[in-house]
Amino acid sequence: MSESEREFTIKSYIDYLSEKKLMSSKCKDCGASYVPVRKLCTKCNSVNMEWVEMSGKGKIAAFTSITVGTPFFVEKGYGRTKPYCFSVIKLDEGPMISGQLIGVDESKPDTINIGMQVKATFIETEIRGETRVDLGFEPV
Amino acid sequence: MGKLARKVAMIGAGMSTFGAHFPHKRIPDLWVDAWLDAVSRVDNGIEPKDVDACYVGNYSSDLFNHQGHLGPQMANLVGLTPKPAGRFEGACASSGIALRQAILAIASGVHDVIAVSGVECMTELPTTGVTDVLATASDSLFEYPAGATFPGLYATLASAHFNKYGTTVEDLMRVAIKNHENGKENPYAQMQRSISDFMASKIAKIEKSGGEVPDWKDEFDYLKSSSNPIIASPLRLFDCSLITDGAACVFLAAEDVVKNYTDTPIWIAGTGQGSAALALHDREDLTSFIASKEAARQAYEMSGFKPKDIQVAEVHDCFTIAEVVALEDLGFYEKGKAVEAIKNGETKRDGSLPINTSGGLKSKGHPVGATGAAFCVEVFKQMRGIAERNRQVKFDVERMLAHNLGGSGATCVVTIFEK
Repeated sequence: MSESEREFTIKSYIDYLSEKKLMSSKCKDCGASYVPVRKLCTKCNSVNMEWVEMSGKGKIAAFTSITVGTPFFVEKGYGRTKPYCFSVIKLDEGPMISGQLIGVDESKPDTINIGMQVKATFIETEIRGETRVDLGFEPV
Repeated sequence: MGKLARKVAMIGAGMSTFGAHFPHKRIPDLWVDAWLDAVSRVDNGIEPKDVDACYVGNYSSDLFNHQGHLGPQMANLVGLTPKPAGRFEGACASSGIALRQAILAIASGVHDVIAVSGVECMTELPTTGVTDVLATASDSLFEYPAGATFPGLYATLASAHFNKYGTTVEDLMRVAIKNHENGKENPYAQMQRSISDFMASKIAKIEKSGGEVPDWKDEFDYLKSSSNPIIASPLRLFDCSLITDGAACVFLAAEDVVKNYTDTPIWIAGTGQGSAALALHDREDLTSFIASKEAARQAYEMSGFKPKDIQVAEVHDCFTIAEVVALEDLGFYEKGKAVEAIKNGETKRDGSLPINTSGGLKSKGHPVGATGAAFCVEVFKQMRGIAERNRQVKFDVERMLAHNLGGSGATCVVTIFEK
């Protein structure tokens, strides 16, 4: 299936992530881009979308270092003595997206700054014999 | 913004005690406690035959207690069968939505009297389970896999507020200190202790065990210590509201029948509701809640009041940062200026704008689906001048506001009351 033929669904977006591609749906009528994907442009009500790969570059808009994590992150070994960072990233193309922030000192959140330049990374986790890929970010 | 087609009043409000009540009390027990407490506050009495419908606010009995379909169950327990009964869900704003829908239903002329309830029994699950259930009120497709917890989402918002306005952890600590001072005066609250009480008992415990006594000179030192661990930076344990079991009940009546119940009704002056994208990354501003601003705009417009007309308010302090942001979103203070007012003591019980005299979610407790209705209980008490212990504000309260936020801010209900 060619890229233009993939449906504008959550599954397609996640499939792209597993191929290590951060894809947006871009409105051909007004130019708005959506990450994660949206089929309906809520800026101009168009459904005239195309897939566009994002650069993955952006800046930290907001973040936290979490010591009491979700079961998924606890399973990955994070916790009180090994916190992890959740972040909201403002992508260079405009949209914001959530992702784990890696390559930083999570135990010293004061050393991490809003506005810091980051780039996308694709975090692979083995869970019960299957590999899942989640979007993450790391400092440039 | 239209006006209500006929006036609606609160004629009684009550609640169960808030606390970790499971297994001694479950949802049906908590609800009946709240109903009886509310019935006791209707001046001329109220009976099931007087009530036309039962609106139940509840977030997630399905996941907390393996029980859905609460509406008819709650109605039956207080003798309302076979009247209309149903449940409303909007995360922590669930009973705020139930309240608003009851107001609209009475104003429409369909019903004259509605019992609005809010119930939640959270401690049936261990803390990790509670955290996981609460996380379903955020975006489970893209925030949750990135590691978002509820404290984590509010901590993320706090980081943006700190960065933009220079807000500090001490600013947040002042919110917690104030709300615990208030909760100490509320016999229905889960934690009826001030933060200096917690500090004193910690010191006593260390002394008793022969350990080295910490040299905390005030609550701030205590709150910055390892006794108050970080949950999600910059938020620590005492920045977070509680995991609570509880219920609240509010009776609303149409102006046509209000005289049957009381000569001193508390009128609904305005109601508003707003929404926002579920995921933080889909919002334009991470330092305020668009749903709060929209709900407030509608409620102010309907009531004809302005922020300066509000004398006392109950706001949704699920985390300390949320109280700061609420004070700004409700128009009480300019963006970035609320912390200065808090520092000056303006939001204390004896200040110019008392906030969360009940103790707030921080100290009174936060049974999420019950919180919106529980705000009304404090409104009822403060406006009637019957708040217990030393909690009653020292002036006659003519106008009060309740702000009920759902999840990480995707739903908000604002209600303005007047005498």
